[in-house]
Amino acid sequence: MTDSWLQPRRLLLAALGALTVFFLMAPTIVVVPMSFTASNALTFPPEGFSTRWYEKMLTDPQWSTGFVNSAQVAVLTAMLATTLGTLAALGTVRGRFPGRGAINALILSPLIVPVIIIAIGMFSVFVSWRVAGSVVGLVLAHTSLAVPFVVVNVATSLRTMDRNLELAAQGLGAGPVRTFRRITLPLILPGVLAGGLFAFITSWDEVVVSIFLTSARFRTLPVEMWEQVRQVVDPTVAAVSTTLLAVTTTVLLLAFVVRRQAPVP
Amino acid sequence: MFGASLGAAADWPDRPGAPDRPDRPDRPALVLRGLAKSYGNVAAVDGVNLEVRQGEFITLLGPSGSGKTTTLRMIAGFLRQSAGTIEIDGVDMSHVPPYRRDVGMIFQNYALFPHMTAAQNIAFPLEMRQAARSEINAQVAEALALVKLDGLGDRYPRQLSGGQQQRIAFARAVVFNPRLLLMDEPLGALDKKLREALQLEVMHISRQLGATVIYVTHDQEEALVMSDRIAIFNKGQIEQLGRGDDLYDHPASLFVADFIGESNILRGRFERDGGGAESGSGSGGDSGSSSDSGSSSTAWISRDGWRWRVGAAQAERAGLVNGMPAALIVRPERLRIVGAAGAGIAMDPEVNAVEAVVRDALYLGSMRRYELALANGEVVKVRNQVGGGEAVWQPGDPVRLVWSAEDAVLVPDPGD
Amino acid sequence: MPRITGRRVSGGPSFNRWALLAVPPIVFLVAFFLVPLIVVSLRSVTDFPKPTGDALANYSRFFASAANLRVLGNTFWVAALSTVICLALGYPYAYLMNIVRPRLAGLLLIAVLLPFWSSLLVRTYAWQVILRDTGIINTFLLDAKVIEEPLQLIRTTLGVMLGMSQVLLPFMVLPIYAVMRRIDPEYTRAAANLGAPPFAAFRRVFLPLSLPGVLAGSLLVFVLALGFYITPALLGSPKDTMISQFIASAIQQRLDWGIGSTMAVILMGLTLAVLLAASRVVRLRDVFGSLEES
Repeated sequence: MTDSWLQPRRLLLAALGALTVFFLMAPTIVVVPMSFTASNALTFPPEGFSTRWYEKMLTDPQWSTGFVNSAQVAVLTAMLATTLGTLAALGTVRGRFPGRGAINALILSPLIVPVIIIAIGMFSVFVSWRVAGSVVGLVLAHTSLAVPFVVVNVATSLRTMDRNLELAAQGLGAGPVRTFRRITLPLILPGVLAGGLFAFITSWDEVVVSIFLTSARFRTLPVEMWEQVRQVVDPTVAAVSTTLLAVTTTVLLLAFVVRRQAPVP
Repeated sequence: MFGASLGAAADWPDRPGAPDRPDRPDRPALVLRGLAKSYGNVAAVDGVNLEVRQGEFITLLGPSGSGKTTTLRMIAGFLRQSAGTIEIDGVDMSHVPPYRRDVGMIFQNYALFPHMTAAQNIAFPLEMRQAARSEINAQVAEALALVKLDGLGDRYPRQLSGGQQQRIAFARAVVFNPRLLLMDEPLGALDKKLREALQLEVMHISRQLGATVIYVTHDQEEALVMSDRIAIFNKGQIEQLGRGDDLYDHPASLFVADFIGESNILRGRFERDGGGAESGSGSGGDSGSSSDSGSSSTAWISRDGWRWRVGAAQAERAGLVNGMPAALIVRPERLRIVGAAGAGIAMDPEVNAVEAVVRDALYLGSMRRYELALANGEVVKVRNQVGGGEAVWQPGDPVRLVWSAEDAVLVPDPGD
Repeated sequence: MPRITGRRVSGGPSFNRWALLAVPPIVFLVAFFLVPLIVVSLRSVTDFPKPTGDALANYSRFFASAANLRVLGNTFWVAALSTVICLALGYPYAYLMNIVRPRLAGLLLIAVLLPFWSSLLVRTYAWQVILRDTGIINTFLLDAKVIEEPLQLIRTTLGVMLGMSQVLLPFMVLPIYAVMRRIDPEYTRAAANLGAPPFAAFRRVFLPLSLPGVLAGSLLVFVLALGFYITPALLGSPKDTMISQFIASAIQQRLDWGIGSTMAVILMGLTLAVLLAASRVVRLRDVFGSLEES
């Protein structure tokens, strides 16, 4: 690293960087203190301190069912997406077959296709299959969106894993299934778990597709929020936002920790 | 470039802040005074003093971590020194940033800009000095010719072999007529044969250009081949500075002796017999002993019942005190192997001996290499020319090793 | 010593074994992801408000309307503008990450990733709160007597830009940073040694070497911006409408599957066209590879 010869330039850069960090983080964080306001309106700085909006969120059936529904869908999505994503990662990283590139593109395409298109497509199809407006439809939809994240995480784990360990196990008499169960799986577990956590977050925060696939009977938290945000200026939304944020951040930190536990080859 | 087109360099417009070019060839090209660099508590460079003459090829030689590369990078201006001064052509570099120091540097991995062709790489320093386009083209062509790569100017670095890349790096570093040429282990990435060929080329071209070269390497053979003088670095300091043969024949310390060439090290205790009062006693032979400086004492290294005489000049130079731990360094080609128990060899008082057993005898075509074990298990290496009249020995033979007192170098033993 | 069984070790080009594992997820994605997309495309040529023999009637209907074309144009315009803003902020940020100590670089990375992972809705809502007439900025400026009436910040293109840039910024920073990391610092040192003052060294050596990252990031941001829905819906005015909003309202409010799916196909087509055009200049692997690094 060279010693610094250009102080003013560096200071300018640092200032711009700080501004960018502020730009990135402030808007999100602003919501948190506002959710504790005692008044009925969203003002900044918030007036007074009260947790009543959180109470409202937990007691108001609209919000509380949304919370439960979201959690339910997210957990199921995480489980399904993790399974499918892990299989896909194993298949595409280790497998050899014609069209592997195309399959890879297919698996990653939910990240690139504009989500509104995915939403109306699923809406159209799921309605005719009668799964729209229920847990099933949402889980199927969210899983499709979450699989790419699982695949990316597991694939990275697979690629950095020392394959000699598998060969050693087989040399010692373990068949393919046992090798996978006792050697491969434990080694890629951090990637699998991290992928699962990202799948959870993807489902937990998902809005657009959910708007189309939820019904008055079954709503998720983000959809509830979407409805409210455009009409009512109610601090409860701020409380909901903070909750969404808190859960996501926790899960994200968990995912980072899990990934760090990856055994170094 | 150097010498040849010095006139052209003088025609370039003055660069603000650039030190002026010297007309005096006797002013040292580089002076380092008390140069030091520490990182926290660790001193990478710990007080280096060096004067390099114009046109000299000097090598900074030492093991990894000895401070030679750090020193080089301070000369280039990439690191700010913790203490001391650097003067290039008589100008203090303390406040001069790297882009105004006018030194050419060849990096270990060449650092050729991958997005520019070879010719564009070489042209770069000339563009930075705002030379005219026609001038630039001419100089680039000349530089390519110098390194014998004419016609390859339009290739990108990735299209060139390792040896070719090294030459382009060289051309780029000399094209703008720098005051110093700094080379940071430039041949390290090449295979042995290529390395040896390029060593000579680098040396010849530098001489042709009249360049002052500071060369860093850990390969002592390379240093011996290329340099006018060698500075041996150890733990951030220059342990010895001198010509190659100087360092080889008269190493100032155990470290230097061990680093340059092969050596046998016989450790023991330094003893000095008598002063004026004891002249004539203790030594078997009379006249030829220690009468150089007028003192008639003789110096010895003693160990395990053995006593080896130290040459008078050596004893003076080492400046040791009676009883200090010391070592004798004998090069493998200065030892002779003779039969055990002195059969047929009259023991000259100036000749030292020690008993040993032959362990390995290797025939290497032009010479024989022996490894022998002393009584205490230490291994000694001896080299004999084939056809030099020496007897041939086999593993297991009990023998004596003999050497003349003047052929061994005396150094203090720091003991580690 | 255990007896080695006769089963074959599954190494080498085992076409069968590992490839089979990919089958369930592929089937799943085809059924629940690809099929919906195909159905949408089909509906654009089968769903008509009035029966007609022209398969492309919906497309003609779409392109005939000036309002539609305006929305299409606006979508491109907003996406391009977002890309420029993200580049202007993202490049210096990535550069900063590249030159500071690793620990600080890690913190800067987290600052970029955290918003990346928090809900889009939450972030856009936060911008609403900030930009409203009674929002943070206006309240502050009014109280400080800098202005007398609230500034119209929400329901403007500015509002949409701010919201979108904040969301898209990580997609610009990550690819650029990934490329910058791999630029050997010796290059800039060599440039300095050869006489280049700091800015010249940056311009002639570092900048060109960072261009692949710039292209990858810009491409990613542009393509993602095309498909934005939530942010322009909440922060923009009617004239800032982007095509996703049109699609949503066509389906949700008017149940006009004909035009809705047509617009979806057009949007999809545009996205693919941009990707295809860019694949000549950028390696698409690099673009998506940098996502993995998050």
